[in-house]
Amino acid sequence: MSNTLSAGELNLDSPDLYKVQQSQSGFDVDWFQAKQAEAWKTWLETPMPQRTDERWRFASLKQVRELGRFQPSEFGVAEQPELLERSALLQKTAGRIVLLDDNLVVQDPISAELASKGVIFTTLTDAIARHPDLVREYFMQQSPELGSEKFEALHVALLRNGVFLYVPDGVTVEEPLVVYNWAGKEGGAIFPHTLFVAGKGSKASLVEFQQSVSPDSEHLVIANAHLYAADDAQPSHSIIQNWSPQALSFQLNTSNAQSRTNAKSVTINLGSSLARQEIHGRIFGSESNVELYSLNVPRGEQEVDQRTLQTHIGPNSRSDLLFKNALMDKSRTVFSGLIIVEEGAQQTDAYQTNNNLMLSEEAESNSLPGLEIGANDVKCSHGATTGRIDESELFYFQARGIPREKAQELMVFGYFEEIIQKLGDEEVVDCVRALVQAKFIH
Amino acid sequence: MSSTPDIQVDRDTGNFHYDTTYEFDAGVGLNEETINYISKVKEEPEWMREFRLKALATFNKKATPTHWASKDLENIHYDKIRYYLSKGQRPSRSWDDVPDDVKNTFERLGIPEKERAYLAGVEAQFDSEASYSNMKEELSKEGVIFVGSTEGLKEHPEIFRKWFGKVIPTGDNKFSALNSAVFSGGSFIYIPKGVKLKQPLQAYFRINAENFGQFERTLIIADEGSEVTYMEGCTAPKFETTTLHSAVVELVALKGAKIQYITVQNWSANVFNLVTKRGLAMEDAEIRWIDCNIGSRLTMKYPGVVMRGEGARGEVLSIALAHDGQHQDTGAKMVHAADRTTSNIISKSISIGKGRSTYRGVVAMPRHLKGCKNNTECDALLINQHSRTDTYPAITVKGNQNTVQHEASVSKVSAEQIFYMMQRGLDEGEAMSLAVNGFVNDLIREFPMEYSVELKRLIELEMEGSVG
Repeated sequence: MSNTLSAGELNLDSPDLYKVQQSQSGFDVDWFQAKQAEAWKTWLETPMPQRTDERWRFASLKQVRELGRFQPSEFGVAEQPELLERSALLQKTAGRIVLLDDNLVVQDPISAELASKGVIFTTLTDAIARHPDLVREYFMQQSPELGSEKFEALHVALLRNGVFLYVPDGVTVEEPLVVYNWAGKEGGAIFPHTLFVAGKGSKASLVEFQQSVSPDSEHLVIANAHLYAADDAQPSHSIIQNWSPQALSFQLNTSNAQSRTNAKSVTINLGSSLARQEIHGRIFGSESNVELYSLNVPRGEQEVDQRTLQTHIGPNSRSDLLFKNALMDKSRTVFSGLIIVEEGAQQTDAYQTNNNLMLSEEAESNSLPGLEIGANDVKCSHGATTGRIDESELFYFQARGIPREKAQELMVFGYFEEIIQKLGDEEVVDCVRALVQAKFIH
Repeated sequence: MSSTPDIQVDRDTGNFHYDTTYEFDAGVGLNEETINYISKVKEEPEWMREFRLKALATFNKKATPTHWASKDLENIHYDKIRYYLSKGQRPSRSWDDVPDDVKNTFERLGIPEKERAYLAGVEAQFDSEASYSNMKEELSKEGVIFVGSTEGLKEHPEIFRKWFGKVIPTGDNKFSALNSAVFSGGSFIYIPKGVKLKQPLQAYFRINAENFGQFERTLIIADEGSEVTYMEGCTAPKFETTTLHSAVVELVALKGAKIQYITVQNWSANVFNLVTKRGLAMEDAEIRWIDCNIGSRLTMKYPGVVMRGEGARGEVLSIALAHDGQHQDTGAKMVHAADRTTSNIISKSISIGKGRSTYRGVVAMPRHLKGCKNNTECDALLINQHSRTDTYPAITVKGNQNTVQHEASVSKVSAEQIFYMMQRGLDEGEAMSLAVNGFVNDLIREFPMEYSVELKRLIELEMEGSVG
């Protein structure tokens, strides 16, 4: 027999995995380890999701249930000069963190000026070591509660690293802070964690690029991202999911808004064979505006399964959700959204829209836009449309000499643009536009 | 203009009951003996008894669907319900032959007058069996069949068996299985080719006994090119204990036929109303469900249309009014199974006090279909601070040749609207009532006149005291 196994040699079905990983992590923060131990227990005790669970209606459960084939990554990585070159999609940034298989590759420090104002942009492990109280106050305080509790528990139990962004009260960070999350190991499982805390009256934007080193590798990704917006904060958080087309990915997010905030989350989905996403926006305060956007461009046999929840707890706030899908080939999407207006949340304005553009005979879209309204003085609406490119509009283009295929492309790009523009920062907009269009044309 | 007969949807009109002695009583609780008893009393063929027994097994096997539906379903005690009660009467053809106490009940509900005044045929069901049925002679001459389900099975077995249980299979859901096991009464209707009924056929359902479950079964077949409108109303007295009504209604519209099915449901507020309704529309056929739910404790009803033939059309127009202690869980199910099929769903609900209304819908367009369209609109109006509404649609579309559009909104009556009307001399209650009537007005117009007038009046009544 060999000496000691490393965690990276075990798979997710191994009963010893947790013990082995803990012994090798070199991480000894009591409260954090207690959370991980508890989460491992929850992972073991929670059953796999069932078809009868409404939160998994229309879902492809088979892939999700078989996780034994994945292995955690090794601790530590060699230098990655080539990866660093590929981690330069944006030039004008306030800071950059590059992670490969949950290990830090490089961290470009934020400016001395921002640091002096108290901005923290670092890895999660570094933050736990240097700002334990701050991290502890927010870490896993909220959960999307949309069906993936078991996978969330696995995420916490095997979590090794991630990103912590803290913007103190009244501080504005003009340029985006950027994270490149890479998945490298063939058959590897990674658990990236993002914690974004926006202090009172602060303003900042965090952009995450999620990519695979090789387009041919298979991965399991269970990522979590949590955004906390204090009163008057204006945070923006974007995720560009572009894992390999073989990846099984989970993205479990919450966005938590106090009063008078202006919080925005944008998710662009390009990669993964199956991307399951749960996004829960909670508004605790009043006069807040929370916006949730998503653009999904699946092709081949890709599947995007999104569950969203907009919960209005405080009165007199607004939330707006717009999720757009453009489906090619044999791809499949599920959008299941719910707006909950709790009893005290009078004067709520809540909107939810899901558009599906069907671009092939074999594509399938499932749309479940829901409302649960417990207050009477509200304005709530949802809409869902599923259709194809309008023939009369195509005709209009063709009548002006633009070939049919080009016209179709222009119309699809126009359809994407509504979400792409929500990314705000000009460089991010250009970069994502190029990625999305490349995927469509390819 | 002759006076239109009024449909008594006012809840108090139905709040009375007569002590009636029943000749046939299957007792309390449900087991194979109950089924054998019902089948024997009804002198059914063996295949039907076997069908019922199989359905009972399915019912017992199926779980109560509380993973998505209301937990209130757990309050139904199947072992305390009476599944079959009958006076042993054959349906009377003449009003004079109806037993006095049953006659009194229907007199109070205004049934014979209606027939005289307007309707083409009337069938009234008292607990388990039809107690009165009649149809204008000229319709019989044209070959129209309008009888109870038992009579339909007995006298027209060839048509009955061909379609019975074909639109809604026994195992569709727990309650369709229950109905398939113990069904009794309901209508069996056949409209021959090309016959277009100008006047509606009508049925009344009445629960008179406490702890009783009513399980009527209706099957309507409209042959090629025919047209029929069917209206049903239902009432029950306010008993202390809960009552169960679980019907199955199957419609078959053959090529080019049109069926319009209108329901005004006004069960008392202790009735569990769990109904499965679905129609099969063949080539160029049209099925419209017009559904108004005002009564019951919990209604779960999602009328559906399976558009099997090219160019078929399905429609559901639904109004629900949920008061304190009521949950109207209604909706629609549209299954597009052929090219160029179109469907339309319009649902309006009003929640008053602590009432809760829910819209649940399914729109499905499977692969390789072309030119299918669906339009869905759900609007909810919340009157009071604790009123509640939910919307749960599910839309599945495959391929790029179809279009679906779904819209839902939730609102309240605006303060400006009320203020405006009060400025012009209405009191607050009247203003509220007018606003609510305005909200449902476009839908109410789709109901036949005599229904729409009464519905408006009823909404006014329901709105009384809801302000403030």
